[in-house]
Formats: sequence, C-alpha cells, structure tokens
Amino acid sequence: MTGDILVALLATVVTSATPLLFAALGELIAERAGVLNLGLEGMMLAGAVAGFITMGETGSDTLAICAAALAGAALALLFGVLTLTLVANQVATGLALTIFGTGLSSLAGVNFTGRTVPALPALRLPLLSGIPVLGPLLFRYDALVYLSVVAAAAIAWFLKRTRAGMILRAVGESDISAHSIGHRVIRIRYLAVLFGGAMAGLGGCYLSLASTPLWVEQMTAGRGWIALALVVFAGWRPWRVLAGAYLFGGVTVLQLYSQGSGFVAVPTQVLAMFPYLATILVLTLISSGSARSRLSAPACLGKPFLAPG
Amino acid sequence: MTAIACGMRDGPPPRLQLRGITRRFGAMTANDAVDLTIRPGEIHALLGENGAGKSTLVKIVYGVLQADEGQILWEGAPVTIADPHAARRLGIGMVFQHFSLFEAMTVIENVALGMDKPGPMPALAARVRAMGAAYGLLLDPDREVHTLSAGERQRIEILRCLLQSPRLLVMDEPTSVLTPQEVERLFATLRKLAAEGCSILYISHKLAEVQALCEAATVLRGGRVVASCDPRRETPSGLAAMMIGAQLKPQPARKVAPAGTPRLVLDRLTLAPEAPHGVTLKDVSLTVRAGEAVGIAGIAGNGQNELMLVLSGERVLARADAVMLDGAPVGRLGAAERRRRGLCCVPEERNGHAAIPDMTLIENAVLTAHRRRDLLRSGLIRFAAARRFAAEVIRRFDVRTEGPGALAGTLSGGNLQKFVVGREVLQAPGVLCVSQPTWGVDAGAAAAIHAALIERAAAGAAVLVISQDLDELMALTDRLCVINVGVLSEPRPTAHVTADQLGLLMGGVHGEPGPAARRAFADAD
Repeated sequence: MTGDILVALLATVVTSATPLLFAALGELIAERAGVLNLGLEGMMLAGAVAGFITMGETGSDTLAICAAALAGAALALLFGVLTLTLVANQVATGLALTIFGTGLSSLAGVNFTGRTVPALPALRLPLLSGIPVLGPLLFRYDALVYLSVVAAAAIAWFLKRTRAGMILRAVGESDISAHSIGHRVIRIRYLAVLFGGAMAGLGGCYLSLASTPLWVEQMTAGRGWIALALVVFAGWRPWRVLAGAYLFGGVTVLQLYSQGSGFVAVPTQVLAMFPYLATILVLTLISSGSARSRLSAPACLGKPFLAPG
Repeated sequence: MTAIACGMRDGPPPRLQLRGITRRFGAMTANDAVDLTIRPGEIHALLGENGAGKSTLVKIVYGVLQADEGQILWEGAPVTIADPHAARRLGIGMVFQHFSLFEAMTVIENVALGMDKPGPMPALAARVRAMGAAYGLLLDPDREVHTLSAGERQRIEILRCLLQSPRLLVMDEPTSVLTPQEVERLFATLRKLAAEGCSILYISHKLAEVQALCEAATVLRGGRVVASCDPRRETPSGLAAMMIGAQLKPQPARKVAPAGTPRLVLDRLTLAPEAPHGVTLKDVSLTVRAGEAVGIAGIAGNGQNELMLVLSGERVLARADAVMLDGAPVGRLGAAERRRRGLCCVPEERNGHAAIPDMTLIENAVLTAHRRRDLLRSGLIRFAAARRFAAEVIRRFDVRTEGPGALAGTLSGGNLQKFVVGREVLQAPGVLCVSQPTWGVDAGAAAAIHAALIERAAAGAAVLVISQDLDELMALTDRLCVINVGVLSEPRPTAHVTADQLGLLMGGVHGEPGPAARRAFADAD
C-alpha cells in the first residue's frame, strides 16, 4: 500500500521535474558559453505547442518530439541573430523572446485548445522494470524522462572531459582571450544557444505530451523562469541542476499534497508562491555584479562580444 | 629594400619577410608599405610609440587581422595567414600584451586551449613540466590562473607557444608587468630559444631592454618604417629620436620638497575586496604632505585598484577617520563630495572608468569638473564654459583630437590619458591621486604628464602616484613605498632606494617578500 503511494508520489515528482531539467540544462550550456537567454519561457511554449500540433496531426511521438526541439531551436536562432550577430542587449532580447513565444504559441495553438492526444507511452525497460518496488519506482517512465537524466550526465561529461566542452567554458570565461587565440566565439555561442533552445523545446513538449497531454495557452506557467533560477542555484553545474530540478519538483508536489490533505495551516496560495519567490530572488542576484562572482558565474555571462579589428 | 637584397643573397632564406604590408582602418592607415625581415635565430625589435602601428602589424603576422596590400614570405615562400590556426601551423607563436588567459581555469587547460592538437591531458601535463624545467618556466599545471602572479601568467603563454615548437615567437610588450628580476629570467629564456634557432620578434618601447636583448630593430612611426638598425650600436636618445621624430626634452630636475603639512592621511585601513579574486587591504597607513609626490610601486593586482577605490570615494568606509583630507575625516563621503573638497583621482582604466567612451570630451569634462570649474548653473550645463574648459585641457596637454566635440572613445589610449589627467590637474586639486598615469602612453605624452604632476606638487598639492613603472616612480617621486598582497611598506626617500630593492619587495601576487628583501629596503637610508 505504502509502496503504491510512493510510486505515485515519485511519478508526480518526476513529471514536474523533467520539464525544468530539460530547460535548465539547455540554459546551462548557453550560459557557460556566456549567453544569458531569458527567453526560456517563450522557447518552452513554442516547443509545447509544436510538439502537441505534430502529435495531433501525425500521431508520431518521435516526430512530435523532434518538432518541439526544432521549434525551440528556431526561437533560439532568432535570439542568436539578434544578440550575437546584431549585438542587441541580451536581457531585453530574452524578455522580448518570452513575450513573442507566448503570443506565437497561443496563435499557433488556437485550433488545438482543449483537444487531447495520447500521452507518451511509458518505456518499460526489460528486466529492470520487473524488479519489485524498484521496478515501478524507477523504470516505468516515458523516453523523455530517461533522456533528461542521460542528458545531465552527458553534459557533465562534455564540459569536464572533452576539448569542445573546455573551449565552450573558455568562451564564457573570456571571449576576448578565446578570440585572440583563434577560437570562433560567435559560432560557438550560436551552437550553445541553439542547443539551449532545443532543450527548452523538449522541456515544453514534456508538458503538452506527457504531464498533461493537452494544449492550454501559457501552460508553462512560469516554469521557464524557475529553470533559469535553477541554473544559478546549481552554480552552473549539471549534476546540481539535476538535483535542483527534482527538489523543485518535490516542493511543487508537496505543495499540491498539502493542499489536498489540508493539514497545513498556511494558505495554499502562499505555498504556491514559493518557487516563484525564490526565482525572483535569484534573478535579482544574477543581475548584480558582486553577487555573480560569489556564485561563480561565467565571467562573460550576458556581455556582448564584438570581434575587434 | 637593401635589407631584403642582403637576405636573398647569402645563407638560408629569412624566417619571415614582410613586403609592402598596408592596412587601413577607414580613413586611417595603420600600416603603410611596411617591410620587415627577420633572420633565423634573430631577436628582432619592433620599436615605435603608441599608435605607430606595431600591434596592427603583429596581428597581421599572427593572422588576427588581414593586410589590405603586401606580401608575407615565410622561409622564402609566399603565404597567406588567414587566422591564428594557420599562423600556428606555420610555426608562429604569440605572447600577448594583455594575456589571453582564462582566470577560472587551470594552467593546463589554458595551455591546451591555445594549441591545435594538445593530446590527452596527463601527457600534456608531463610535457608542461618537462618543458618548464628545461627553460626555467616552472608552473604547477593544476593551479587556477587567478592565483598566479603576472610573471607566472606570462610563463603559461610562453609555454603554450614553446610546446608547439615555434620557429618565430612574437612577444608584445612582455615586460610591462614584470619585476626587474622576472625580466632577467625572461631574457635568459629568450636568449636560449634564439640560440636554438627560434626567431623572436620583440615589441617594446623600452629602449634599454631592446638594447640589452635585440640584435636588429625596425622602427615604426605613423605606420611607416622610418629606420632599420642594430640597436646595440645606437644611443637611447638616438633610438628615441627615431621613434618620436624629434628630440625628447630632458626631464626637469626634481627638487626634494620641504616637508609641508599632511594633506592626505590613510590611517590603519583594513578592507576586504568587493571584486572577485580581489585583494584585502591590510593595515594600510600613509601620509602625503603638501608639496611632495609619493609613489606606490607594485605589480598590478596587489591591491592598487582596491586602494584607489577607497581614495576616490567610490568605496565608502565605515570609519570616517580612516581617510583624512586636510585634517578632516572623509572616509564616509562619496566621490563628488571629496572632489569638491579638493581630492581628485585619475583611475587606471581610462576607457569606461576615467572617461565614458560614447560621450564627447566636453561632456566628459563636465562629469568630474562641474563643481570645481563651475560648469553648472541651476542644474543646467553651461555648455560654452564647458567647451572652453575642454578646449583648455586639449590645448595645455597637447591632446591630439578633432576638437572638444569628439567622442572620448575615438581618441587613442595615450591621448585620452592626457585628457583625463589634464582634466583633473586643471581643477587645481589639493590632493591628486593617479594610478598608472603613463601605462601604454608614448614617450612624448608621458613626459607631458610627468611635467604636469611635478608642477602640481610644486604648487603645494599632495600627489600620490601608483605605478608599476619603476623608472617613472624614480623620476617623479620624493618618497616611495611598495604594495604587495594588500600590505603597504613603510615609505622611503626615493633617492635612497634602488630598483633591485624595489623589485625584491614587489615579489609576486602570492609570495610574501622574504625578510631579507624587507631588511634591505629598511636599511636603504
């Protein structure tokens, strides 16, 4: 009996953590390359609606997931052109991207509101899912959940162990130095931003294809902002992003449960407020210089780069 | 052209030969038909004032910039150097003036980032150690760069080049951040390299160094080659005349000032840094009297910036009497109020700190001088008066610009420095604090700035000069002290200290100077 509750509880934690994890991992890569993209929310919404529409029209979940990643990357490309090629302000452009993504997704999804699609099927890993207790607890989720965890490990390995990862960090640490020893700062930042967009798209489509397989306008409900805060909380480290995403997911679920059980005297609105309060606090911190350094932010985060000469 | 003919006639072809290199930026010609020939194993100096086109030329050699016209020959064969990768493939290594290092990354990562095929990390670390031992460039591969001194940072850059077996090493003003002892060590390394056949292109405007190290020199002025010579056969004044195209006026002799009343007093100041990787000021005390110039020597990054922020009032202190101005406590006052009371500061970074690049010189003049030069009326800018003041600064300090309406960012570094120093000097401050007043400034401009500072002290002001240029401090100041890891030494009369003693005290970022160095300095008078 308790086992069933635990499984159900963990399943909801995973459901609320996975979108955050995708979006935050993508943003982590962009920020380690020195680009602050505040448009996560917009890119997630684009991914959510693109995934949902593709699923509704084709019925193929693989196509739907690809479409979501592409939609996120497309918005990221727009962000890249504006901030990297045209050297627009990253903060302002990111905010605009969120507004744009919100509007665009509402427009694109107007005929799909209220429709449902089949949820992503759970992937029952052979053998592993048969293990009593652990099996249902850990090995009966859909493919995206596993992908998000694998992505965290892969990104950690990429940043620490590969030459490309080292160059990416170097570009975020000192763009001028990287340029002068011959690394293509703008190209590397484009790739990082595009990757960030694709990951945000995946995070968005997890909401519309897996957690609640339907399309609702602005269904991300601020998760993009939470993911942004998560990157800072995690000190720009992939494993901590993973832990943080599940912590945030857990808090959200606890808040829902305490609402249901009614044994907490605190008004539910206050509890529901907490993730957002924490987010505002962290976003304030990253925009102030001295706090950034204490949090070990990439030194060139948010600074525009213009090749000299 | 004769040099080229010589190189062609006998022996192996020159390592590098530039023919008629021209590069324009808009209407300005940075390099105008430059010819340059470097033989194998030669240490070749590239001399010139700021803005003479040295940096542009070496960027073309290293592939960071492309020439508009002209030809590059590498070991006799014409080549195009499209980017730094191509330069490294040919065997050209470059050590930058402002290091191209990554603060939060380790030595070994920094080395690997500058190489095209670094190979696996453990093997690379072993090579770094071996190469370091062979050339006296000792480094711990796993240290993070922000914990290293400037000399150690430079070693990373040199090692990064050496690991790729360069045939030409380009060094852009490598000694500007080194102590005299570190300079000696660097020269030993360079001579060893040259003896092994590596050519070295050595860019500098320090004549004594060029004469000690180099066997050939090419002098640039206004983007053109004005002379090619053997620097060992020239006199320093002869070389200087080639660089600036005129004889330098001798410095006015410095009189020892009578001890006046204390105008600026720092009292046991201890302060944690605000910036990342900053330096904690520890128990800093100093008195600067009317009519004297006091110097603070030290390698950059030993607390100079932190001290400057405290002096200017950009960082306000909890204890008001830690900074006394003409007997009044000002530690809790901001920059504007201190300026009003007669304390003017010129910070090290001219672009973006001392001046706003996107504003005109008139606006930049108003920003600091509005009170002392009465440039405001009921909150409105008196533009005519401001223009007159900016024009006065430009005239008195020979600032080369199209006029007071020019944007500060369009001035060359040296000219902007003359402007920001002049702007403060002409406010007739009672206390004037300047940081690195002639960093990257050419000899003529430096002489003008020095004269202005001496004149200010002679007029009864207290002048504090923070600099890492020992020659400058020796020429300019009455008393000298050294800052090292946030600790300020006891000041000594300048006439009684030697550059060697100062060099030992300056130590490194993380090395406390030894007791022997401290004793030598204390015994100086």
